[in-house]
Amino acid sequence: MLHHHAILERKSILLLVLIIVVILIGGIVEIIPLFRMQTVIEPVKGVRPYTPLELAGYDIYIREGCYNCHSQQIRPLRDEVARYGHYSLAAESMYDHPFQWGSKRTGPDLARVGGKYSDDWHVAHLANPRSVVPESVMPTYGFLNHNQAEINKIGDHMKTLRLVGVPYTDDQIANAYNDAVAQAHTEDMDDHVAGLKSRYGDKVNARLFDGNPDMVTEMDALVAYLQVLGTMVEFPTAEAVKPQSAEAPAAPAAAHTPSAPAPAADKPQEH
Amino acid sequence: MSDHKKEIDQVTGVETTGHEWDGLKELNNPAPRWWIIVWVITIIWGIGYWIVYPAWPTLSGATEGTMGWTQFKELEESQAEIMARQNQYLGDFQKATDDQVLNDPKLYAFAKAGGAALFKTNCVMCHGSGAQGSIGFPNLTDDDWLWGGTIADIEQTLHYGIRSGHEKARQSQMPSFGRDELLSKPEIEEVVDYVLSFSSDKGADAKSKGAEIFANNCASCHGEKGTGGREFGAPNLTDAVWLYGDTREDVYKTVFYAHAGVMPFWDGKLSEDAIRQLAIYVHSLGGGEGKGAIKVEAEENVVPAGAPEEAEMPAQPAAGAPGFEPAAPAVDPSAENLEGGEAHPASDSTLAPETPEVKKEAEKTVNESKR
Repeated sequence: MLHHHAILERKSILLLVLIIVVILIGGIVEIIPLFRMQTVIEPVKGVRPYTPLELAGYDIYIREGCYNCHSQQIRPLRDEVARYGHYSLAAESMYDHPFQWGSKRTGPDLARVGGKYSDDWHVAHLANPRSVVPESVMPTYGFLNHNQAEINKIGDHMKTLRLVGVPYTDDQIANAYNDAVAQAHTEDMDDHVAGLKSRYGDKVNARLFDGNPDMVTEMDALVAYLQVLGTMVEFPTAEAVKPQSAEAPAAPAAAHTPSAPAPAADKPQEH
Repeated sequence: MSDHKKEIDQVTGVETTGHEWDGLKELNNPAPRWWIIVWVITIIWGIGYWIVYPAWPTLSGATEGTMGWTQFKELEESQAEIMARQNQYLGDFQKATDDQVLNDPKLYAFAKAGGAALFKTNCVMCHGSGAQGSIGFPNLTDDDWLWGGTIADIEQTLHYGIRSGHEKARQSQMPSFGRDELLSKPEIEEVVDYVLSFSSDKGADAKSKGAEIFANNCASCHGEKGTGGREFGAPNLTDAVWLYGDTREDVYKTVFYAHAGVMPFWDGKLSEDAIRQLAIYVHSLGGGEGKGAIKVEAEENVVPAGAPEEAEMPAQPAAGAPGFEPAAPAVDPSAENLEGGEAHPASDSTLAPETPEVKKEAEKTVNESKR
């Protein structure tokens, strides 16, 4: 059999036809499953497109290369679920273009960081990570406090995203700028906040993220984005609770004196 | 290219391909037999893998494989393994009241070990690896509690948070006296001086102008004597613990703008058992009030003075913060608890000359290491 290649080497048309056949097989195997992708995305309740302010924050996240050190994907492994919460679902990143799963964790995974820390903490931590986490090696991002968030053209950005499948409505796009301002300044904009919530749901966090009422800063946008990460999905309560209860280590079994239990097993190393 | 007839290379005795380039000919060695065998085996193994594990996409999803393996099942199995180890404690832990947990060495150790692990995962970002806190984030090792320091109080705070957006969250809001023009700037200066005088050596002057402003604006939450009020989470202003900084400028800013620190809620994010373990752990860090506090003191009497924090805080050595020796927790638990001061006002009045200085020094160290 191995000697028959001599035929192919001499008949170029036959060679061409067979090359096309091989490429077609490879193409079918790689491309067809993509058309059926929705069959592997578990339907979940609650996932919505980002609000304009969150979207501006998402852009800052990409611009500053946060994904280089932070992943947004909790794998279904016991230690990760214990540390970060329920494993990530495909539907949770279906409106991310591009997705932010990342591939390296110098810092912790951020897939469920939303609601875990206060806004004040995020602002202090982004401005100077060492002020709250002395061991941190994260760069400082204090300049976010002084830069105006790019929300003037955020509507156009949403229109573009609609082209690739994010279901923004005309209403959402038309009100993009006002929604962004309303989400970051809540005090004088109660009417707008009501509009924002009618467009994106009652769970939207609308507040003074950075404590500065004078300007919608990049800090506002990034903190708004971080505070919504992983909070959209409505897990059945029991399911959300179950993985976390696997947290406590088996250390007490080895502890003989009540006042000095063995230090709890350390967290798994990052990969 | 001429028709190829079998030609044997005379030097090696191997057949050539018949191709010739300027007199050089290509030998036609077959691939090594062992290599071919391995290759065929991998193909067979691959087919087996397709059958046993999920592999091929289909119109309705993917083939499931004969073993029915999924990552989620594997996760459940590995979690079940840990739960089986925990269950020898968990059943008793759930049934026991807080008092019973405190009195049962095994359950108490279980709660604290679990709490320590949870603390490292979820709490150290704000409260510090030694629970020493920082500006804006309370120290959990001292006995200065804004909303109460019994296990039940701590558990409620953990469950629902403070100004967390949860409907059952602890709520209060200090007015922004300066920004909202409730007080003029000179009035704020006066009241700041008065507030700072609570913890000064001279003591407060009840006849000063600041005292009057304080009585009219601040006393309803912070108490007439500034000792604080827990129903509003209003801090005690007579001690040396200042959540947002102890300089005159810091206190002025607090009165002018007001602060409203947020503690996130953990209801639904952590299990009931986990929250309870955390509450018992935090309570055990040194400042806990109520039943457990008595037990902590009893233990400390056994342990040689000066080393109680080692016994009480397994998290500290493991937290591994080189160059950040948490000075505050090292001083506070011993200073405060050994002196028997869980009753707040009493300790403040009787121990005022000593403790504030110790605490101030400790705080300075913390602040310096932060800068």
